[in-house]
Formats: sequence, structure tokens, C-alpha cells
Amino acid sequence: MRRWIAPGAVIWLLIGAAYFLIPLVATSVYSLKSNQTGTCCTLENYGTIIHDPAFWKSIRISFVLALETIVIGLVLLVPTVYWVNLKLPRLRPVIGFLALIPFVVPPIVLVVGLLDVFRGTPDWFYAKPYGFLVAAYVILAFPYIYFALDAGFRAIDVHTLTEASQSLGASWRTTLGRVILPNIQGAALAGALLTLAIVMGEYTIASLSTFDTFPVYIQYVNENQGYPASALVLLSFGITWAAMVAIALVGIGRGAQTRVGGA
Amino acid sequence: MATVELRELRRVFGDVVALDGIEVEIESGEFLSLLGPSGCGKTTALRLVAGFDRPTSGRVLLGGKDITNVPPNRRGIGMVFQAYSLFPNMTAEANVAFGLKVRKDPREARSRRVAELLELVGLADAAKRYPHQLSGGMQQRVALARALAIEPSVLLLDEPLSALDAKVRLQLREEIRRIQTRLGITTIYVTHDQEEALSISDRVAVLSRGRIEQIAPPAEIYGAPGTPFVAEFVGTMNRVQATVGDPERGEVEISGTGVAVAAARGKMRGERVLLLVRPETVGLEAATDGGGLVGEVVSHTFLGAVTRLHVDTGTAEWSADLSTERASALPVGARVQINFPAESAQVLSLGETEELPVIDPDDR
Repeated sequence: MRRWIAPGAVIWLLIGAAYFLIPLVATSVYSLKSNQTGTCCTLENYGTIIHDPAFWKSIRISFVLALETIVIGLVLLVPTVYWVNLKLPRLRPVIGFLALIPFVVPPIVLVVGLLDVFRGTPDWFYAKPYGFLVAAYVILAFPYIYFALDAGFRAIDVHTLTEASQSLGASWRTTLGRVILPNIQGAALAGALLTLAIVMGEYTIASLSTFDTFPVYIQYVNENQGYPASALVLLSFGITWAAMVAIALVGIGRGAQTRVGGA
Repeated sequence: MATVELRELRRVFGDVVALDGIEVEIESGEFLSLLGPSGCGKTTALRLVAGFDRPTSGRVLLGGKDITNVPPNRRGIGMVFQAYSLFPNMTAEANVAFGLKVRKDPREARSRRVAELLELVGLADAAKRYPHQLSGGMQQRVALARALAIEPSVLLLDEPLSALDAKVRLQLREEIRRIQTRLGITTIYVTHDQEEALSISDRVAVLSRGRIEQIAPPAEIYGAPGTPFVAEFVGTMNRVQATVGDPERGEVEISGTGVAVAAARGKMRGERVLLLVRPETVGLEAATDGGGLVGEVVSHTFLGAVTRLHVDTGTAEWSADLSTERASALPVGARVQINFPAESAQVLSLGETEELPVIDPDDR
């Protein structure tokens, strides 16, 4: 039987949809106007962006930064959260508190502090986005990855699974790799997607430390070319979504049979 | 198969003494249950044998070898947990195969062994199912098969049936015993359910406050409890305070009335004792004026084949199990005389200051 949605709910749904869709529609109408004449409708703005080598370069930088941040974040946090849940549950509030710091400290303070802390480190780290920026982004991503992982670990019986695995002869490494990881894959994936979205959109730190990441490029175009900037925003929107879907598909494909089950 | 010895095993958590120097020897192939209320130390003891925890002092010996400091993954001990221990990302088959895979058994030997074990626990058809597709009872069967797959020298079961419903529990416990007898594997079974412990064990160790109160075959635990605690914890027992009247003839006095109790022989005259009488040995008759222990029937509890009558004598409350037919002749309010065979009652000495044990009703 088909379920009808209450008329009141439909109204709210429409208001909600309008809130998100009107700016998108407006932007896309704007992006179709000619940069020279201001008349509709042409795809030349998209052509301008796609043929700009700086576009591809900056998007590549941001994407690699995101992947690097995700990998480092997970490598640091998966074992940490596992251990805290297993052996040091009293540390959970402490780590939860630490995870809130990136929200509380404004990015401007963070970047000034980090530039100061890392001053004097070798050039390959300090002067390259893949070094310094990633260090900053791992901090920014910490709360997102941590809370996602923590929820994932609390959804499984970490103690029993670990002990069962050990009683069957498995070492710590085997236990983590074959028993724990496959069962928190969903949580790790959620953390990774959030991190990707953050890194693809982070402007303040990148700009203040003068690296040309994708958001910095968007801002640059926005200041100089009106109509192509709209096209770029829509492109970035599409690309970020495509990247998230790609990661999600990889994760779902690998964890197709993974389900957290109980009696 | 191997023997297990716990030597002066002690485990302290902060100020709490979870295990206060217990001493147990488990023979090869024996089925021993650790029985006691929650917090008595039974699970702590099991975890020390499994190696998930280290004792504060004392040793664990497996087949005569000290394994106190051997990590759990090198002990070769199989363990079945209360619940949720199956790996959710693996099928029943893969769960059973896990231990074999870890020790790198060749593929064919592995799949043969897995099939054999799933057959043993009656789940050959469910090999490809994931844990969330199995009932609680089936999950525990898989967990048992998985623990047995690695051919452990000892099998540990930590309240494996407590999360299951009554019918499945009964069925599975008989099956656990059947499989254990067939494989002849040394087994330690932790439970707070006395019926479970009595029905499947070779011996039962009753624990309280980190100490072993009594360790004996089930019949002895039930028929001749060694301490007031065991008497209270195992089965239903009438516990009545009395004083030894005539030690030669074997007589105790219960609030002034002399009652023949064979076990009172050899005690000291005037000694305070606890008289223990099982309800099924108590007989009731309509009271005449001939004296004896007299009380009033205060309630009937229908238990099927028998009906339990509660009788208030003014100083104590007695339970008596009568055939339902006989019970109907003694309605609530009837004055009855309480009898029991002189040989059926137990007598435990009570120290001057010793308090009667208090047990959380939820633990019984």
C-alpha cells in the first residue's frame, strides 16, 4: 500500500528544498551568462574554467591533501580509539574534550600557532602543502574522524570480540586487522567522507599559509571573473560530490557483507 | 586433554578482593562448574584461566605446566562467551574456521574440520549464514563449534546460556554436556544458575565473596551442603535456628520444642545450630493436641506435581512440598504439625557472632 505524505509535511519539505535549491539554481543561471555580453545562454564559462591549468592543479592538490589527511587521521585514530575503548575507557572524556578544541580555536589562531610551532622545520615539510597543510588538516579532521570512529567502536562489543579472537590464537595485529577493522569500516568511511568535504572546502588556513589549494583558487576566480566563478562553484560542487560517492562506493564494495548484527 | 590447577589464586581490584586465594584441581576430562551469585569471583577465576587477566598472586597450571604468564593467544584454551562473541563480518563457517586460519591449517583440512564441527553442533545447514541471521541459540552453537575447532586442551564457558530463553537453554545445556562427554574435554563452566550447575557437572564449586565455600559432586552439594551459604544458595532449604538439646539421643530444640535430628549427635549441649531441611522431606499433618512443631498454613504455591505449602510457626516459616492431592486437604489457615525424618535434616554449627548469610534474591 502506498503511504501518503501529510500535506503539512509537503509544505515544509518544499520550503527546505527551496532553501537549498534556489541558490544552486540561481548560480547555475548566472553561470550560463556570457562573460562578455552578460546574455544567456552559453557554456563558455565552463570552457574557461576547464581550460585553465590552475583549476586542475589546485583541485589535484586539494584532493591529494584530502586523501593524505584521511590516511594519516585513520592510522593515528583507529588504534587509539580501539585501545581507549578496550583498555582505557576513563580516557574517553579526555579525548572527547581534545577533539572539541579544533572547533573552539579559530582557524586564524590555529594557523598562526602552527606556523610558529613548525618554524625551522625542513623545507620539504614547511614549504609544501603536503607537509604543513596536512599537519593542520589532521587537527581539523580529528573531531570528525574521532567521533565517527568512537560511535563505530561503541556499536560493537570490542571486549568480547577481542577476547574471542585472542582465545582462538590470534595476535593483536590479526585481531585488529581481521576482526576489528572490518566491523568498524562504516564508521571509518563516514569519518573519511567528512574529512574529504572539510579539506576540499578549507580556505582560511590554506590562504593564510599561502598555498594554492582549490578553495583558494575559487576565491581568486571569484574576485576576478564574475560569471566563470559561478561555473566554478557548480563544478566544485559536482566534483566534491563525485569524490564522496567514489569513496563511498569503494567502501561499500569492500564491506558488502559487513553488518553489525546481534541476537 | 589436560588437568587444570589453580594454586592460591588471588586477584585484587583496588580495594575489592575479587578472588581470595582459591585452590582447585580439575581432573583431565572433568566438567567443573563454578557457581555463585554475581560478584562472587567466578568469572574472575575463569578469566585468569583464559589469560585475559593476570592474578595478583598465585598460579594457574595447565597439564602441570605453569601458564600464569602465557598470553591468551598461546594457551590453546577454547572459550565460549555469554553473547555477541561471533565475528559479525564472517559467516558461521568463517567464524568456526577463524582459529584454524590463524594457525595456518591447510585449506582442505580446515574445511573438513569446519564441516565436522558444524555437524557436531547441528548447524550443517547454516554454514553460510551471518551471525545476525542466526537465533541466539544458534549463535551459541556456532560459538561452541568455533571454540572446539582448535582442539583446545580446556574448554571454558562463561554463562553461555544466560542470554537465551528457557526452553533453548535447557536443550543446549544437555547438548553441551553430551558433546563434552563425547570429546572428553576438560571443562570449566561458570554460571549463577544452580539448576544448570547441578544438572551438567561432575563437580560443582560454590563460590562466595572470592572464596570456595564447597567443592563436591552435585548430589553432595544438594544433599549435604557444607556451609550455611551453600545451604541457602543451592535449592530451596528450610533454615531454622535451633539449640542442641540432647546430644546423645540426637535432639534439638526449636523454640522450646524437642525434635529428633540424627545429625545433632556429638554436638555440644546448648550449642546454637542451623537446622537445614529440604521442603520435599517435610511432612504435614492436621495438628492434634499432641504437641510437636505446630504452625498455620499461610499460603499454597502450585508447582505442578507438587504444591509448596508455607507454614508459619510463629518463630520461623517452613516450606513443605506435598503432593497436590494431599495439599488440598490442608487449606490456608489450617493448623498443622511439621514432621521430618530424623536422618534427613542437616545441622550446621553457628558461631556465637556469625550472621546468617544474606543473598540478593535476584541471584537465587
